[in-house]
Amino acid sequence: MLSQESLQEIDREIAKYPPDQTQSAVMAALRIAQVEKGWLPKELIEFVARYLGMPPIAAFEVASFYNMYDLAPVGRHKITVCTNLPCALSGGVHAADYIKEKLGIDFNETTPDGKFTLKEGECMGACGDAPVLLVNNHHMCSWMTTEKIDQMLAELDKK
Amino acid sequence: MLEIEIDGKQVQVNDGSTVIEAAAVAGSYIPHFCYHKKLSIAASCRMCLVQVEKAPKPLPACATPVTNGMKVWTHSELAVKAQKGVMEFLLINHPLDCPICDQGGECQLQDLAVGYGSTASRYQEEKRVVFNKNLGALVSTDMTRCINCTRCVRFTTEIAGEMELGQAFRGEHAEIMPFIEKTVDSELSGNIIDLCPVGALTSKPFRFAARTWELSRRKSVSPHDSLGANLIVQTKHDVVKRVLPFENEDVNECWLSDKDRFSYEALSSEQRLGAPMIRQGGQWKQVDWQAALEFVATGLRGVERDHGAASIGALASPHATVEELYLLQKLMRGLGSENIDFRLREVDFRADGKRAGAPWLGMPIAGVKDLTRLLVVGSFLRKDAPLLAQRVRQAAKKGLHVSAIGPNAEEWLLPVRNRALVAPSAMVATLGQVVVALAKEKGAEVSVALLGKLPETVSDEALAIAQSLASGRKVAVWLGNLAVQHARASELQMLAQEIARLTDGSFGFIGEAANSVGGYLAGAVPGAGGLNAAAMIEQPRAAYVTLNLEPDLDLANPAAAMAALDGAQLVVALTSFDSPSLRQVADVMLPIAPFTETSGTFVNCEGRAQSFTAVAKPFADVRPGWKVLRVLGNLLALEGFAHADSEAVRAEALAGDLASRLDNGVEGIVVSSATGPAGVLERVADVPIHFADPIARRAPSLQKTRDAAAPTARIAPATLAALGLAAGDRVRVAQGTASVELVAQADDGLAAGCVRVAAAHPSTAALGAMSGDLSVERA
Repeated sequence: MLSQESLQEIDREIAKYPPDQTQSAVMAALRIAQVEKGWLPKELIEFVARYLGMPPIAAFEVASFYNMYDLAPVGRHKITVCTNLPCALSGGVHAADYIKEKLGIDFNETTPDGKFTLKEGECMGACGDAPVLLVNNHHMCSWMTTEKIDQMLAELDKK
Repeated sequence: MLEIEIDGKQVQVNDGSTVIEAAAVAGSYIPHFCYHKKLSIAASCRMCLVQVEKAPKPLPACATPVTNGMKVWTHSELAVKAQKGVMEFLLINHPLDCPICDQGGECQLQDLAVGYGSTASRYQEEKRVVFNKNLGALVSTDMTRCINCTRCVRFTTEIAGEMELGQAFRGEHAEIMPFIEKTVDSELSGNIIDLCPVGALTSKPFRFAARTWELSRRKSVSPHDSLGANLIVQTKHDVVKRVLPFENEDVNECWLSDKDRFSYEALSSEQRLGAPMIRQGGQWKQVDWQAALEFVATGLRGVERDHGAASIGALASPHATVEELYLLQKLMRGLGSENIDFRLREVDFRADGKRAGAPWLGMPIAGVKDLTRLLVVGSFLRKDAPLLAQRVRQAAKKGLHVSAIGPNAEEWLLPVRNRALVAPSAMVATLGQVVVALAKEKGAEVSVALLGKLPETVSDEALAIAQSLASGRKVAVWLGNLAVQHARASELQMLAQEIARLTDGSFGFIGEAANSVGGYLAGAVPGAGGLNAAAMIEQPRAAYVTLNLEPDLDLANPAAAMAALDGAQLVVALTSFDSPSLRQVADVMLPIAPFTETSGTFVNCEGRAQSFTAVAKPFADVRPGWKVLRVLGNLLALEGFAHADSEAVRAEALAGDLASRLDNGVEGIVVSSATGPAGVLERVADVPIHFADPIARRAPSLQKTRDAAAPTARIAPATLAALGLAAGDRVRVAQGTASVELVAQADDGLAAGCVRVAAAHPSTAALGAMSGDLSVERA
């Protein structure tokens, strides 16, 4: 179900823990699986769980708990906006509203062209930089005023 | 020991106790939802907050360890304020649907809301809705009612052994669910209904059937497996509506297997026999009791006169009560016949007359937790004895090493450290190898009786098992159903006895049915010159009396049994159900009461005699089996059938010290190290959990579970390939002249050269013996 490279990466994560506690590698394994496949269909979660020798529902608990795991297909660019309190006080909700209006989608929706998905995020540990958002789980953007959002969307649109 | 003061009362508790345990000792009740004494601590509901001296805020009693000199107030102003606050939060999302909720009247949340809830909610916003999940045929869900205590999740993980439920998503969106599109298939799944403190998980068969306050409740004992789980049977208008566990720490703790819990549905089955029936000229006619009993008495006397008393045989179910078995054997012996047996699925009777006493588990059930090594020989442990397996599972977490010998290695949900996966014909030799290796490990000599009879070479698996047993402090060997039903069962018993001797441990039998021990104590086994269950079929009798059995499903060789009974002049069937196979072979059917409608006694695998009384009036014209047999004894003018009640029968049957009559010792069996011929396919037959007795077979909800799926021909992948077959092929399984068509299934938990074909199922009843050679070819 996963490529040889991904399985090797997962094996490397498993090796970090005692041999009888392979399920400790579940977060890393789900991440690696998601990077390869784009999102986590239930068959993939089950595959990862079996690979780690843990009950599928236990892997699903993890996959559904953390919002960086995607349980449904996402667009090419996933934008996650923090709406927790410090961000909300500094315009986080406005930033989200602006993106919603600009892309014509709500949270957990994808633009019809499949380019953008908007997600509501939890605190990213950079409250001083509020409002903050995360692009594709890896790229952190700070002080997201409407101008910076315009600029970001324009750049992403080209990719 | 630690000193703690709870609500001004000084108590002493063991080190490591929590405040909620100490409060139980002190007699203070602390409200709680997620805490359960048999499960791990979650501290997720926060209902058990209490005030602790010097603690700055209320602490959860279930997760706070007692320290010496601690002072706790469970009902102080601070504690009650905290508890009320938690209750308000719990009720925020809980629907106000108690009038249509099955849990109403027995709901922990409802009860505690009376004490800790307010009259009106301050919450004005929208309540959350959680979609229901399909957990299978037994457990009904209303997930909006869930308070996320996670008791059900912890039960499946810790007690049932497989995490079938989990808490997915988080915060406000958290919900309890099985993995997407899965159901809860554990044989212990019904317990999550009892554990759920609200109405989120309720019984599907009981749904909307009655209110708890309308039900009368009486104690009873499960008639199914050899554990003898204690039950509370709840009835309304003399109809059994529900079965719940009666807590007995020494037997079933607070659990029940699904079979114990849901089999009651069969008691109101359309197949219940309501009145005596006689076959006249090929037609079944309903008659009154007087006519039926006179017909039986005349018939038995007639056969006795024409063919002699020895031409009458009695076959009784091991699920029958001690009273029934005792009176049946007394009746037979009164007539002058020694042909009586209740060991219907056994084939090796060489140990008869060589036993020191009644075979039993050889140790108390509660003693499982103290074992350090356990060898299970020939058992489908998890399905044949679900709650015993549960005890082994808990013990394994505390250091018990389990080994297994047998042709089957299906998932038991507990760690099996060493396993010898061998065909049935190699089981004796493998156990012999363990004895050889064990004697060597211990530096001891094997018994004289075994000298020269044991194998010379020892396999790696047998060596590993012997080493494991040799290193144990408290060792037990259990012989399972497959060992008891084995063609060389008594040799296995001899070898198990030797292992117990060498390790200074115990050995015994898990037991096939509720009264597998009781049958011996009641004397329902052939005496000198009598025929055993197998011999009565091999040497057909002129007349048979059957007690609570279906000849095509309950005997070792159903095809031969049907033929023998069909050819008999007279077959008297005492039965609770109007079964098609009895209609075919019997001449009289006498309706006798199942366990809920009669008083009786079962002796469980640890030799505990548990009596119960009727919980409901008998259905239609049904009579308790012991009364029918007593009247029959009177009609036949036999001595000693003057019992006034079932207690009198019990007193006569189980007179004296029971414990002294239990003994697994056996002498004088010749053990051989021979194995079966190579290259043949051997049958491995399990009795599927929900087909083991006439009651379970007729419980509709149990029949919808995955455990009740139609049997397949399970074959090890390598053997399957060697036969040129693939999984999913329709195959013809032939045994002797009989054959049936089944679907082939690859089973990597099966020894090579074996085909696992379940017994006791209509689709395989045409086949012969439960063990032996068979052939498989594409259909």
